[in-house]
Amino acid sequence: MKAVTWAGPNHVEVQQVDEPVILNERDAIIRVTSTAICGSDLHLVDGYVPTMQKGDVLGHEFMGEVVELGPGIDRNRLRVGDRVVVPFPIACGSCNACAAQLYACCENSNPNAGIAEKVYGHPIAGLFGYSHLAGGFAGGQAEYVRVPFADVGPLTVPDGLTDEQVLFLSDILPTGYMGAEMCDIQPTDVVAVWGAGPVGQFAIDSARMLGAAMVVAIDKEPYRLSLAEQAGAIPINFTEVDVRAELLELTGGRGPDKCIDAAGMEATHGSLPIDAYDRAKQAVRAETDRPHALRQAILSCRSGGIVSVIGAYGGFIDKFPVGAWMNRGLTLRSGQCHVQRYMAPLLERIQRGDIDPTRVITHTMSLDEAPHAYDLFKNKQDDCLKVVLKP
Amino acid sequence: MTARQYVAQHQKGRTDPGQWGRRLGWLSLGLGTLHLAAPNLIRRLTGVDDSAASRMVVRLVGARELVHGAGLLFGRNTRAWAWTRVGGDAIDLASLGVALARRRGGRRARLVGATGAVLAMTAVDVAAAVGAARTRARRLMELTGTTTIRRPRSEVYAFWRRLENLPRFMTHLDAVEEIDVRHSHWRATAPFGRTVSWDAEIIQDVPDTRIAWRSTGDAAVRNLGTVTFTSAPDGVSTEVRVRIVYDLPGGRLGAAVAKFFGEEPHQQVTDDLRRLKQALETGDVVRSEGALWGGRARAEFPQRPAQPPRPDELVRADELVRGELVRGGLA
Repeated sequence: MKAVTWAGPNHVEVQQVDEPVILNERDAIIRVTSTAICGSDLHLVDGYVPTMQKGDVLGHEFMGEVVELGPGIDRNRLRVGDRVVVPFPIACGSCNACAAQLYACCENSNPNAGIAEKVYGHPIAGLFGYSHLAGGFAGGQAEYVRVPFADVGPLTVPDGLTDEQVLFLSDILPTGYMGAEMCDIQPTDVVAVWGAGPVGQFAIDSARMLGAAMVVAIDKEPYRLSLAEQAGAIPINFTEVDVRAELLELTGGRGPDKCIDAAGMEATHGSLPIDAYDRAKQAVRAETDRPHALRQAILSCRSGGIVSVIGAYGGFIDKFPVGAWMNRGLTLRSGQCHVQRYMAPLLERIQRGDIDPTRVITHTMSLDEAPHAYDLFKNKQDDCLKVVLKP
Repeated sequence: MTARQYVAQHQKGRTDPGQWGRRLGWLSLGLGTLHLAAPNLIRRLTGVDDSAASRMVVRLVGARELVHGAGLLFGRNTRAWAWTRVGGDAIDLASLGVALARRRGGRRARLVGATGAVLAMTAVDVAAAVGAARTRARRLMELTGTTTIRRPRSEVYAFWRRLENLPRFMTHLDAVEEIDVRHSHWRATAPFGRTVSWDAEIIQDVPDTRIAWRSTGDAAVRNLGTVTFTSAPDGVSTEVRVRIVYDLPGGRLGAAVAKFFGEEPHQQVTDDLRRLKQALETGDVVRSEGALWGGRARAEFPQRPAQPPRPDELVRADELVRGELVRGGLA
């Protein structure tokens, strides 16, 4: 079968590989009908996530049809022929983390937990197509994919919904939603969102859905900001204005009550010297991540506010504003999204028309065009916001 | 006897082989620095300040000491580096002998003092080098690990107590056969492809709480283990704590076993416990495309790429998972 594989930093290729087979009793094999490229895939391609190996199949946002089930799957839970969306964290459903609905911290799903533990102190869940640190699982940018613990994660899609309407339940919609949910949004809240990529757009939608008084979007790409504006957010272009001053102006000097970092480790800074400083530190591995959005969010947030981090970070950062965070009583919340927790309620919202996930799709391409699609998305060419691949 | 008591008893009077090496290493660095930084002080103290050639000799001795120090502190083979110090002592004694033959009076007295000091140091170095050789020959290795399993204590205890289950999560074991309620026969794959087996007996069995066992007879690697089960504060889960002590023999077998467990032997027990947790909580040992055989610290990196296995890889991995191919594949 065809699969999109990592071929070294800045290099993605479409390769012919074997079809997946059942490895564990609770596996399912899915024929992929739609898969998407995620902003966090770019961190892998750019070479910022350790333990990638040449030939790793990429992709953690995918859906399709069940074609084979392992012997351990209850046939009342899942059947061959079912159409399912698959959450990107692999979770067993029976450990203490899963019992607490912390699926992205599943204690059993990562066979390389020993390595993850060395980097993170405690292991993280296995993730599809997201390095060997996250288990070494083949991803879903392929014609077929093996899904472990298929009786826990996959959500059966009701008839009458298109792939495009439900595909993003696999990651970015729940991720954006969790970013807003972690903000405990009150009707009086001003919520600022750093990063108007697909996750940022869904954080904006979710913040509005959860009743925020005002939502602000911070980015540098005019097309992304105008999409955020159409969704009801006030745009701030950080290359044109001073973000903090603008946020103070918008909030009568208080600062946003809640801040969401939807940018993560490869953020850019509006000031060239500051940007160059962190790029240099990252290049020599003095820090692994560039925390511009996080720093700015912490410094901008009103005292006692909440900073919610859903942008992906991998390792270590420099100059974390610990004094601002501590002295002004900020709450920092974070997490890889516990997708399984949000799929069913968000599916309902889609069905009710509260949210339209298709609004972020700008490109639909074949699997063969994946290398080109990665280029468009990475370089923000052709106003690319979200690519859906059709195997 | 608990594992802790066993270790205390057997380690009495033994010094950690690395400890002497480190002490001598720092001493060498100190002496080397002193020789290089204040050569004239050394020349006066040893009574050779009348010789122009001694300027160079003292500096060379200093440089050599730095090499000893670096080797002892950062080198792999402490024993070999300890012997280089003995060699250095011999050179120093020979030089002092030459100097002694040519001097009288106060200088000679100082030289006699210096020779005495070097002789005393030589005795320490020889003892350390021989000691390093001996500790390498036979030592105890103690492994510990702990995990929390979301299953009732009685169930976790019962799974472990049925010793035939152990090879399901302890990758180095091929099989455990229960002979009667106390006695069992264990079979493992030795690191260099030979199968070793031994008899074991349960020496303590407190239902739902604690199991202790030890090897009996002439086991090639004598061992002792305990596992305790306690209720976690959540009232649902069980905390499992394991302690295994291996009495590593000398020679090739001991060296190979030590190598098998690697530089972080605890990782082995931790990995075993992770698989135990997976088996009890999920009913299976989790595999990925990159880790076809499940998590095994020694075989973790580099892994095969995270893409579906070829049929031949799958056959081999399946055999490996069943423990039938461990000897050829992982050793």
